[in-house]
Amino acid sequence: MTDMTSGSLGKTNTDLIRAGLARRNRNQLFLQGFGMAAIAFAFLMLAILVGSLVLSGYKAFTQTHISVDVFIDPEEISVERLPRGGFEEVLQASLVSRFPDVTERAEQRSLRGIFSNGAQFLLRDMVVADNSLIGQTVRITVPVSDPYDQVNKGLIDRETPNENRRVKDNELAWFDALIAEGAISSPINWALLTNADSRFPELAGLKGALVGSFWALLICFLIAFPLGIGAAVYLEEFAPKNKISDLIEVNINNLAAVPSVVFGLLALAVFIGTFGMPRSAPIVGGMTLALMTMPTIIIATRAALKAVPPSIREAALGVGASKQQVVFGHVVPLAMPGILTGTIIGLAQALGETAPLLLIGMNAFITSAASSPFDSATALPTQIFIWADSPERGFVSRTSAAILVLLTFLITMNAVAIYLRSKFERKW
Amino acid sequence: MTTLAFAVLLVVSIFGYVWNRQAATSIRNRGERLHSLTGFHGFYSVLLIAVPVFVFILLWIALRGWVIDGMVVRGLPDGTFDGMDSGAAALVLSEIKSVASGRVFGTPSDAVIAAADRLNNLRSAASLYLVLATAVLSVALLWIARRSVSAEFRARQGVEGIVLGLMIFCSVVAVFTTIGIVASLMFETYKFLSIVPLADFLFGTNWEPQIPIRADQIAAEGAFGWLPVMLGTIVITVIAMFVAVPVGLMSAIYLNEFAPRSVRAVAKPVLEVLAGVPTVVYGFFAILTVAPAIRSFGEGLGLPIAPNTALAAGGVMGIMLIPFISSFADDALSAVPRSLRDGALALGATRAETMLNVLFPAAIPGIVGGVLLAVSRAVGETMIVVMAAGLIAKMTINPLDSVTTVTVQIVTLLIGDTAFDNPKTLAAFALGMMLFIVTLIINIFALRIVRKYREIYD
Repeated sequence: MTDMTSGSLGKTNTDLIRAGLARRNRNQLFLQGFGMAAIAFAFLMLAILVGSLVLSGYKAFTQTHISVDVFIDPEEISVERLPRGGFEEVLQASLVSRFPDVTERAEQRSLRGIFSNGAQFLLRDMVVADNSLIGQTVRITVPVSDPYDQVNKGLIDRETPNENRRVKDNELAWFDALIAEGAISSPINWALLTNADSRFPELAGLKGALVGSFWALLICFLIAFPLGIGAAVYLEEFAPKNKISDLIEVNINNLAAVPSVVFGLLALAVFIGTFGMPRSAPIVGGMTLALMTMPTIIIATRAALKAVPPSIREAALGVGASKQQVVFGHVVPLAMPGILTGTIIGLAQALGETAPLLLIGMNAFITSAASSPFDSATALPTQIFIWADSPERGFVSRTSAAILVLLTFLITMNAVAIYLRSKFERKW
Repeated sequence: MTTLAFAVLLVVSIFGYVWNRQAATSIRNRGERLHSLTGFHGFYSVLLIAVPVFVFILLWIALRGWVIDGMVVRGLPDGTFDGMDSGAAALVLSEIKSVASGRVFGTPSDAVIAAADRLNNLRSAASLYLVLATAVLSVALLWIARRSVSAEFRARQGVEGIVLGLMIFCSVVAVFTTIGIVASLMFETYKFLSIVPLADFLFGTNWEPQIPIRADQIAAEGAFGWLPVMLGTIVITVIAMFVAVPVGLMSAIYLNEFAPRSVRAVAKPVLEVLAGVPTVVYGFFAILTVAPAIRSFGEGLGLPIAPNTALAAGGVMGIMLIPFISSFADDALSAVPRSLRDGALALGATRAETMLNVLFPAAIPGIVGGVLLAVSRAVGETMIVVMAAGLIAKMTINPLDSVTTVTVQIVTLLIGDTAFDNPKTLAAFALGMMLFIVTLIINIFALRIVRKYREIYD
């Protein structure tokens, strides 16, 4: 350094700085580049996440159906024996008559495998509803079983050697023949939303999970919203500044950071163990979620109350309102948009919460929707967990589809919250 | 019937409001000066009726199961429970219950059928009594509230006193929740430690809760040592932090100092979306996309990678934590006073130098607090690891291997129907206790750092 300044005449400080400037600017570009790379990485990961879910999930929004003429054979099905009867045999016969060259019994049985396992129950319900169908030929459109659904959606590679393929060559030939004559269709899979869970992917739907989540969220809201507002209003407006208030505050902040699985343990030990409440019931799930959501609502409500300017309080106090009249007549209504925004965001978090619901058994296999919060049910995220764990191939795309449904709900709720905030937010 | 009880309560409360208000209005119309507004007289009646009766109904619902069970059990013929342990006795009771609700399996004994009938009778009687008791109680309170109306009666003070009490109750619920968590965890952990010695649990290096254990065998087997489970948790947390900390910090630095307004306007909401994705979705992402990708990449390099490698779970958890760290670091950087920044720039430092040498060091405490909170999140995170990490506890720090975590063990031990007296279930609570303690310590530490740091600059 000293050499440079003394040895090289005419080099001023400015020159020295200029000499280093290029390097320093380059360093700045590096830092900026790293920053952009980090943001790009986060974007990319989100894109891959959504992209892979959409790619694997969109196929579950259609379901391959087969239309066949079924002769409801009075020898197999009679009014007296309903709802029992040989519905399976009748279905099989309808395809056997379509493929007369299939004569071997085993082959005929695998022909029946084109139908979903639930097809016979759909047919049964039709016949039970209308006895006069017996002896007639009706055209029914029912889901095909999962392997054929996958063939139709191109998820099973036809190039795979026959012995490794789930759908064998002869079965593929039948299916192609059915496609050729237009018996195969792929309508929108409304059953995904209107059916409850099932062991068979082609029949499984989210109705039970949606209903369960609805009950749990309703209970969660009914408990957490009033309790949260009450606590926040007290702590923000009324609580004396002393050790006890401090303790409550620290407590709430820590509660917000307790791992969710611990709340599940609490629910299991106290609600189910001590109080003997039913396992798998949305009421227990809702209560657990309420305990987890309450800190979020309290924190949001306190922020909203803080944002209301003191002049409002002073004006109301000045015209003779009592402290509570000021708070409940003026401050809380003015803070309401902020409170509601926080509540919706808290409920959205609760909707995606899984771990505590697993511990209280809301991951049971339940094939009907709950009619009250005391019935056993699953919830949307636990249903996703169940399907993700299921070995059947068809559940992969259903899981992605279920996730897309869940994300749709979450985005809607957050959009409502953002709308509320921008619409009613007031700058004082 | 419970709904009916609530309906009765609602109707009587509304009636109480109207009645008291009218009474107060008529006093005022007589020319007397009321102490409180008429509305307060009405609300006083509502609160006086609704609060105690609501509590009464909830208590009734909570306790009726116990009381009815007790009465049914006492009604059984003598000697039914002779020679039965508590489990078998509970089975008898559940058989009675399923018969009562019409699900008959096999041929129940006459005593069971009679008990089921009694159970049904008691249940419907209990519902009827609930409605009757609700009606009587609320009408009595209605009468008391109506009697209180007078010109001098301080209805406003009464209402505000009750409301204040309700609000205090709301705030205390949070404290009760914490007490409930600590108490239930301690109680079950205590039971666990009476079966498995504390030293074995804390220092054992073998975690095999799956094997059947005889009472005299546990200590010798040493199957409940939590160290490998904790080690797995640490491995996954470290991997997550390797992803989340650099990316989160870099994006925060960029967004805070360099990003044009338009980029910030897009990037912030995108990061928020990343933060709002439920963890079960990340878990599925890990098994659907990330784990296969890592495995095929490893096969290309000739590395033996376990199907549920810690890398997949940890990496995805890192992605989940990026927005968390980024927003904490952004807040911490924004909280550094502008004068520091302006001073550095005025001396001729480039923006990068200002950031790295002035702003970042000044924001370090806040950033450390945020990273610690992220660590506590990672330790307590459940769904990603339940879906993507392994089940078998190994003493390994190899990230390519499959490891298990505390939360995975809690969930796998408790999924399904479990009794409360077996060491497997209790072990889950002991792990939960450790998890609670560890995360609590990290949280308190982190919150303290964040708070202390804020005090310096505010």
